[in-house]
Amino acid sequence: MRHRKFSLIFTYMLATLIVIIWMFPFVVSLFTAVKPLDELMSQKGLWLPPKSVHLENFKRAWTEANMKRYFLNTLIITAPSVLGALFISSLAAFALAWYEFKLNKLILFIFVGGMLIPFQMLLIPVYRFSVNVGIYDTYLGIILFHISFQLGFCTFFLRNFMKTIPRSIFEAALIDGAGHFTIYRKIVMPLVVPALSALGILEFTWIWNDYLWSLVLIQSDMKKPVTLGLTTLQGQWVSDWSIIAAAALIAAVVPITVFLIFQRYFIEGLTVGAVKG
Amino acid sequence: MKSKTWVPYAFLALPLTMYAIWVIFPIFQTFVLSFTNWDGVSPKFDLIGFENYKRLFSDPYFKLSLNNNVKWLLAFVFGNIPLGLGIALLLDQKFKGDRIYKTLVFLPMTLSFVVIGQIWSWMLEPRYGAINSFFRAIGLSTFAKPWLSDPKIVTYALIAAASWRQIAYAMVLFLAGLKNVPRELVEAAYVDGANKWERFWYVILPMLRPATIIAVTVNVIDSLRAFDIVYVLTRGGPFYSSSVLANYMYIQSFHNYNMGYGASIAVIQFLITFGFILVYLLTALRREESTV
Repeated sequence: MRHRKFSLIFTYMLATLIVIIWMFPFVVSLFTAVKPLDELMSQKGLWLPPKSVHLENFKRAWTEANMKRYFLNTLIITAPSVLGALFISSLAAFALAWYEFKLNKLILFIFVGGMLIPFQMLLIPVYRFSVNVGIYDTYLGIILFHISFQLGFCTFFLRNFMKTIPRSIFEAALIDGAGHFTIYRKIVMPLVVPALSALGILEFTWIWNDYLWSLVLIQSDMKKPVTLGLTTLQGQWVSDWSIIAAAALIAAVVPITVFLIFQRYFIEGLTVGAVKG
Repeated sequence: MKSKTWVPYAFLALPLTMYAIWVIFPIFQTFVLSFTNWDGVSPKFDLIGFENYKRLFSDPYFKLSLNNNVKWLLAFVFGNIPLGLGIALLLDQKFKGDRIYKTLVFLPMTLSFVVIGQIWSWMLEPRYGAINSFFRAIGLSTFAKPWLSDPKIVTYALIAAASWRQIAYAMVLFLAGLKNVPRELVEAAYVDGANKWERFWYVILPMLRPATIIAVTVNVIDSLRAFDIVYVLTRGGPFYSSSVLANYMYIQSFHNYNMGYGASIAVIQFLITFGFILVYLLTALRREESTV
């Protein structure tokens, strides 16, 4: 008994130490974001707590540093990308989960293989294609790309989930004379809502956090999402660390909130389809 | 359901077309481009055979980048995975508040690498940065280093920043794996007199095999495609000392307009990753077969 108690205390101490180390970078950014500039420069270190809290830095990041615009752009890009990827992949997943046909396994293999390819393999041709078709530096261009790029993972994920639905439901509906699209829309889709939510949360976070593809496909400042905007700020506000720290926290707030609210979905989704980052 | 064979294709038409345009064709195009000297701007280019690949092998920056990728890979696989497993084992025990601990450790996983890079720049900044000023405050100023400007240590500093997130990822994968370890089995071993270490080594660890394979594959792939953190914090500098393949490929293609050459770097990256992708696919599909 005594041994048990000792080991519990040890667990708490170690776990607390780990969490303190893990939260340290967050705390440092938060401190940096609320300190006025002269305090930052006169102090001995960024890890020291602020003497006074200046929330204006967030306001300035939001308006003067243009975070408002970047934030809006991310929303404009992320929402249709997630919805599009979910809808279009559900069509593919439906076909691959329920129908037996010759190319079934091969097509599944292509979707899964494509999602694991290093994205550098796509960089140049996708950039060139966007320029040639005239969708470079447009919301549409990057949205269409995000949707297509996420199809591999979404299809794989949804197909696996659909496979767990008893086949008899599908067959009974066919015998009753229901059309194939009706089965998809009225029977299968309502049953996969839990999977769609888990997947939606994951996709939302990934697309929200995307940097590389915005870097390659977006050029004008008016269309930049938060991640790209943040690196632009680094150049413009070089010496004003507080503004950059505040902007970074603004960029982080949405994915963190979404994660905290939908934690269970998020982790389930991540572990079921654990391949992406 | 064999009667109407066109039905599945009707459902697949839109997704397959989009996937072909933005994912499948580009893969082949990159292969072709890697045999050309295209500069990304002019309409014309020549087929130059294996010239780009020959050039790679005498390019010191390519070797440097490849070498750094190996460091990333080793650190991810032999550092982050054991650490992630350790934290998972620690937090998997039943104690009050265990969920809050898990949530907090997991938090970096939700962030963009750009934000992670930014957050870590406050940690690594040489004069005021949290790490150096902390070391100075506790009288260990010899440990205060110019993390991002010393070519010898810069890659390790970047790996540390990325690991903040990656360890959390490994932890989640192992926590899910631990859920599948039947408690009765561990208790039976306990009754049979197995000590803590034996229970872990002979009972728990073998049950974590699938989780370990996935964790290794994910970390290998992630270590090979590391880009954002490097690009945001150092752009591969100073003097390419922290460059990785993804970063070098981007710089060659989009800064120096050597798109043919950039494509050949991407192909090398693809070939290295390919083996690991196969392992993953086989594991995933086998798991698949057993559940169908």
